[in-house]
Amino acid sequence: MAKNLYEKIFDKHVVLAQDDTYLIYIDRHLIHEVTSPQAFEGLKIHERPLWRKESVVAVPDHNVPTTDRDKGIQDPISKIQVETLDQNCKDHNLLQFDMSDVRQGIVHVIGPEQGLTLPGMTIVCGDSHTSTHGAFGALAMGIGTSEVEHVMATQCLIQKKLKTMKIDVQGKTHPLVSAKDIALFVIGQIGTAGGTGYAIEFCGDAIQQLSMEGRMTLCNMAIEAGARSGMVAVDDTTINYLKNKPFAPKNGMWDLAEKDWRTLHSDSDAVFDKVVEIDATMIEPQVSWGTSPEMVKGITESIPKKSNLTSDKHLDFQRALEYMGLNENTPINEISVDKVFIGSCTNSRIEDLREAARYLKGKKINPSIKLAMAVPGSGIVKKQAESEGLDKIFMESGFQWRDPGCSMCLAMNADRLESGDRCASTSNRNFEGRQGQGGRTHLVSPAMAAAAAVHGHFVDIRNEKISG
Amino acid sequence: MRKSVDKFKHIISKVIPLDRSNIDTDAIIPKQFLKSIKRTGFGPNLFDEWRYLDHGEPGMDNSKRSINPDFVLNKPQFKDSKILLVRENFGCGSSREHAPWALLDFGIKVIIAESFADIFYNNCFKNGILPITLQKDEIEELFSETETKTLEIEVNLEKQFVKSSKSYSFEIDEFKKSSLLNGLDEIGLTLENKSVIVNFEKSYFSNYPWLKQE
Ligand code: SF4
Repeated sequence: MAKNLYEKIFDKHVVLAQDDTYLIYIDRHLIHEVTSPQAFEGLKIHERPLWRKESVVAVPDHNVPTTDRDKGIQDPISKIQVETLDQNCKDHNLLQFDMSDVRQGIVHVIGPEQGLTLPGMTIVCGDSHTSTHGAFGALAMGIGTSEVEHVMATQCLIQKKLKTMKIDVQGKTHPLVSAKDIALFVIGQIGTAGGTGYAIEFCGDAIQQLSMEGRMTLCNMAIEAGARSGMVAVDDTTINYLKNKPFAPKNGMWDLAEKDWRTLHSDSDAVFDKVVEIDATMIEPQVSWGTSPEMVKGITESIPKKSNLTSDKHLDFQRALEYMGLNENTPINEISVDKVFIGSCTNSRIEDLREAARYLKGKKINPSIKLAMAVPGSGIVKKQAESEGLDKIFMESGFQWRDPGCSMCLAMNADRLESGDRCASTSNRNFEGRQGQGGRTHLVSPAMAAAAAVHGHFVDIRNEKISG
Repeated sequence: MRKSVDKFKHIISKVIPLDRSNIDTDAIIPKQFLKSIKRTGFGPNLFDEWRYLDHGEPGMDNSKRSINPDFVLNKPQFKDSKILLVRENFGCGSSREHAPWALLDFGIKVIIAESFADIFYNNCFKNGILPITLQKDEIEELFSETETKTLEIEVNLEKQFVKSSKSYSFEIDEFKKSSLLNGLDEIGLTLENKSVIVNFEKSYFSNYPWLKQE
């Protein structure tokens, strides 16, 4: 029978089935400092061993400082959390890239970069953006801490089958429209709860043309559409990216693996519970204007008018505008910003930094910008960027060049917005207070963030001069 | 069998009407409180940014902070409420289980919504909280009832109904229902199938040997 990609991977991992409840096997378990301590504690209380320590990879990312690393963590509570992770990894003899390791970085950046994320795997992490790893034709899902403990103790997860949704992005996007714009556009179309209960598979010409970095950006944002996982089928782009990654299979094993991976796509006559078709040529550079990722518009558009919305949306709309300090019907390109953040597991990979730097080369950030920072997703990304001279471009334009971590994506470390600050951010959430209490977030692509830094307000990147 | 969570009991309580959609887990428990390595103690910081007028940080004495008197959770009549009423897509965003921990620590045992985000919905059951999904118009009816009085609601999981002046039935997965009613330890249950998992691994790794890196 014809199967879609989700069904193929799910079925391979069924350990036990009882009615419509399944016990599925988990291949890769990524952990970070915030959502794992209580799970380790649970194991200890119940005197349960960790089932397969080789499946676990740990990294601190949420709390780590992005400046003066050598001085350690200043916040004593953050410090305890990171040290607790260190200790748990030691006690259980787990692979960890600790704060001093060049391979340290955001958990969703380092997995793929190290070849620890592989096609066909089931991948979990106590973090909603685990959907990122689905870019490799893997079934990757965010889980809660109780489930983290469950996977540690049993290597399995109790699951129902998700419904499947195919999002088919046909045609070519404008060369300066990025994966981030596609992601925001899709969320604007289907809403933040549009994918609830579904696994999304992204396909179509516009998706095939994306690099692995772009596919990761897209799958990363699947959770903002409500979907627990997003995925893209395996093709040459996937295979070429993985070749020679440190933990990817080698030699004869590689050949075996590649043969299997090549089967990881939906059969041509596979059925989905829902199909959404999107015309790629319709997608403009996107800017979110509200406090939910679905509150998003193209750069040539305006904030909606209240009278154009259905009445059940009025309250949320009003609240969002008040929080954001904006008025209805304001053109998007008239919104000014005073801070710029390029980073997070959505847009902190080498391609993202290249995209921003290509625009920034030879330009200066606007004097109205109080802070602009570029935060690479990992130590490896940072090194690569520096070898290409991107750090210099960022710094010469007026950006700060930081050490890797989650940083101002969620402001758990010292990097945060002050109340009233308005930020162009390449991260994934514009919720109230997400980047600091009272802070106002506009979600954009790296190039759009860079252009906003130079102009002090949003501009259409398609009309800008780009040096490279 | 070892019990992991309290058994869910029949509940009658005043309902807290929190009239918002898309309430995310960042709002339920802001990130600065996620630095704790414990499962308890989050209750005083539930909805921190809405509940207090000042900025909260871990370790503060919450009794000395200035309370937002307009926020519904702070109304004296809801002090001991166990039921929260909200709109659609409750618990979206981050997977943090600190969100249900904070709700539970405050005393919430039931959340009634038009819809929930997937990960949050799952996390509730692991902590003995019952998330109930009702139809849009039913939620509307409940909200309008709360406008005129402090509404008391009865929740019966066994028979799957919610009762105010009217009774509403709700759907729930059988496995999840019995886990809640019996306070089952899911890890213990899964480990009863230890040999099945071991056997699965054997054939799995012979089919996909590259996944068995030591
Ligand atoms: S970068 Fe942001 S979204 Fe990504 S894992 Fe870190 S905190 Fe979460």
